[in-house]
Amino acid sequence: METPSTQIIIEDKEKKIRFKSNALQQFLAFASLIVMVIFFSLASPNFFQFDNIIGILLSTSVIGILALGATFIIITSGIDLSVGTVMTLTSVMTGIFITSMGLPVIVGVIGGILTGAVAGLISGLAIAKMNIPPFIATLAMMMIAKGLALVISGAAPIYFTASPEFTKIAMGNIIPGLKIPNAVLIFFVMAIIAGIILNKTIIGRYTFALGSNEEATRLSGVNVNKWKIIIYVLAGVFTGIAGLVMAARLNSAQPALGQGYELEAIAAVVIGGTSLAGGKGTILGTVIGAMIMSVLTNGLRIMSVPQEWQTVVVGIVILFAVYTDVLRNKKAK
Amino acid sequence: MGELLLRMEGISKAFPGVQALSNVDFELNKGEVHALLGENGAGKSTLMKVLTGIHSKDSGSILYQGKEIDVPDTRTAQNLGISIIHQELNLAPDLTVAQNIFIGREPKKMFDLFLDEKKLNDRAKNLFETLNIKLNPKDKVGNLSVAMQQMVEIAKALSFNSKILIMDEPTAALTDTEIDSLFTMIRKLRSDGVGIIYISHRMEELKRITDRVTVMRDGTYIGTVNTQEATIDQIISMMVGRQIYQNQRPEIKNRNSEKVLEVKNLNRGNVIKNVSFDLHKGEILGFAGLMGAGRTEVARAIFGADMRDSGEIIINGKPARIKSPTDAVQHGIGYLSEDRKQYGVMLEMDVKANITIATMKDYLKLGSLNNPKINDQSSAMVKSLRIKTPSINQLVKNLSGGNQQKVVIAKWLTRDSDILIFDEPTRGIDIGAKDEIYNLLNELAAQGKSIIMISSELPEVLRMSHRVIVMCEGRITGELINDENISQESIMTLATQRIG
Repeated sequence: METPSTQIIIEDKEKKIRFKSNALQQFLAFASLIVMVIFFSLASPNFFQFDNIIGILLSTSVIGILALGATFIIITSGIDLSVGTVMTLTSVMTGIFITSMGLPVIVGVIGGILTGAVAGLISGLAIAKMNIPPFIATLAMMMIAKGLALVISGAAPIYFTASPEFTKIAMGNIIPGLKIPNAVLIFFVMAIIAGIILNKTIIGRYTFALGSNEEATRLSGVNVNKWKIIIYVLAGVFTGIAGLVMAARLNSAQPALGQGYELEAIAAVVIGGTSLAGGKGTILGTVIGAMIMSVLTNGLRIMSVPQEWQTVVVGIVILFAVYTDVLRNKKAK
Repeated sequence: MGELLLRMEGISKAFPGVQALSNVDFELNKGEVHALLGENGAGKSTLMKVLTGIHSKDSGSILYQGKEIDVPDTRTAQNLGISIIHQELNLAPDLTVAQNIFIGREPKKMFDLFLDEKKLNDRAKNLFETLNIKLNPKDKVGNLSVAMQQMVEIAKALSFNSKILIMDEPTAALTDTEIDSLFTMIRKLRSDGVGIIYISHRMEELKRITDRVTVMRDGTYIGTVNTQEATIDQIISMMVGRQIYQNQRPEIKNRNSEKVLEVKNLNRGNVIKNVSFDLHKGEILGFAGLMGAGRTEVARAIFGADMRDSGEIIINGKPARIKSPTDAVQHGIGYLSEDRKQYGVMLEMDVKANITIATMKDYLKLGSLNNPKINDQSSAMVKSLRIKTPSINQLVKNLSGGNQQKVVIAKWLTRDSDILIFDEPTRGIDIGAKDEIYNLLNELAAQGKSIIMISSELPEVLRMSHRVIVMCEGRITGELINDENISQESIMTLATQRIG
């Protein structure tokens, strides 16, 4: 019997090899984290203690939450230099709402988060509608936020001493009996939410699509400008939450603190395997990246390595992390 | 023949400085494969971009399924059932097959908050079943071969219930078996009543797959023929036309002079296949072929810009080790890229800086730049190449295309390059200035420089070259002496000669 063969058969040999190299990279960051933990545990008996581990997680939380938002931006092949100072601005705004204006804590919390969202909206509009490169648009936002934080606060810290429940946002223990500060829990909950948004919602889909091939996405009829703005607003919300956690931890809004955090957040994202070229990245990778940075700093401190040298080591780690990514991309081509 | 599906009438479109389309007609029936043919720059792509809403037309009308339509954007075209598969595939490599196909139309669940990945994959699977394509919806597109990516594009186009499918050079990157599969697919679509516009340079494919052929040249409509009734020669002569080439042929003097460059068995991946040729002193050697024939790749391999897999380069009788452009420059090779703005000049710098940038070392005096010497050298070049600029301090971006090209030539002359590779030397240059560049090339050859000239314009190849090498798909398919026996047709025949 003669059947018209309309089967389309095309071989695809390279697929398996590449898949392996991708999985390897996912594994690599996690493995380095484990190796570091083992190394520092052996090097110092003080490292693998409950209090120290909690301390590491606590110090990861603010940078980590910032890095979650930055992950979205970087996957679109954008960059956000403003998250550090916008975070400061949000904590100052929260301070104004709660301490200066005497509004309820919940209003301050929402106001802080909204401040972050508005900053993201402005950056997003500048990038999508005015065609300003992300680097410049967010550099401008960085300076605007820094200046505003100083102006609004009168360049002096705002304390939350009148609202003792505010500091509990970060330092309280919502799970009774378990001595894990809320800041750490917020970080993990935000990470899960970020993971869901990135992998299960339309925002996440277009985050990858924009970074992977913006033109193809546009030609498919997707309103790329709208989605870009939404993604910057989303990152702004994460920044706002980081600002709250920061303020609650310090029990004050410190208008001079925050600049430089954006670079640490970007470093965490990059160490976690997200490519600055866009299209690739995971939330888990970012969480691991943020942890690698704080484990490294904490471990070196426990081993009495001077702070200046800690920074040098972190710099070297960033170089290596990105170099493995470069090597991987080269092989894939 | 099926009923009329599309009629484009009197379409015109101008871009700044270029009339890309003037008064072009085109027709397509249901269940027809209609080839759209023409040399590079003939206006095929522009016409298709008008049809799919990427460009807006200046004038003319589009009749589709009996109604006049307006296509302001790509979304509209998709919704009307007009889809295009671009030559550069338009897919997001980091998304999966199913995610790419339904981008912008993702199924959602739970109050539209979440993506319904299962429904998405099921839809893709159903689509593949109806189309009889073997693809896994969950594979990442970046991990697929080009042929499979093309299937994804076709599936995506058809998922819009397309009545018209435009394929731009669909076979350019495919192997023969993959082409067979593609043609099987096209025949199936044709029997389902889809109208297919097929853009290709490959003559032998036309006979295999198309019903009619429409030829365009220089942005105008030349004619439409039934494929079965026309000969390949007929179609080629429609493509090249017969005008322009009444110019003088070059005087061929240097054919038997010494060899300055010998290239032996050059190979690089799929793009350069066993290329060997010689270049003589004072010769202009033309490289003809269609886009993607591998001519630029050969130039880049000789220049050390791309790694070659194998092959020998011999300069003045001695094997040359060229591993980077720096090596090539030291061996006296200069390369003038086809993309002048990206690789040739620094637009924001002035004429003298551009001319002397490659020889900065020569102008250092006690570690700082010796400006009088730079000025002298630049002025001399501006004079001898007749660069039209108010002064050597003018920014290069303010010069015309032709004069920018001369600045690039000046740069290489300051390096005493004896072998000059010109890649599309007159692209983007207006007609009057072209003559200037031609005269300059002739003068350089007369001075004993050896020139490789890559050009997609056949009249230019015939006017300038002493000898012509024709390439097709990475191979040299012919070497012709520029005498009475050569013609645009004979070059075009070689340029489309695929080796099965």
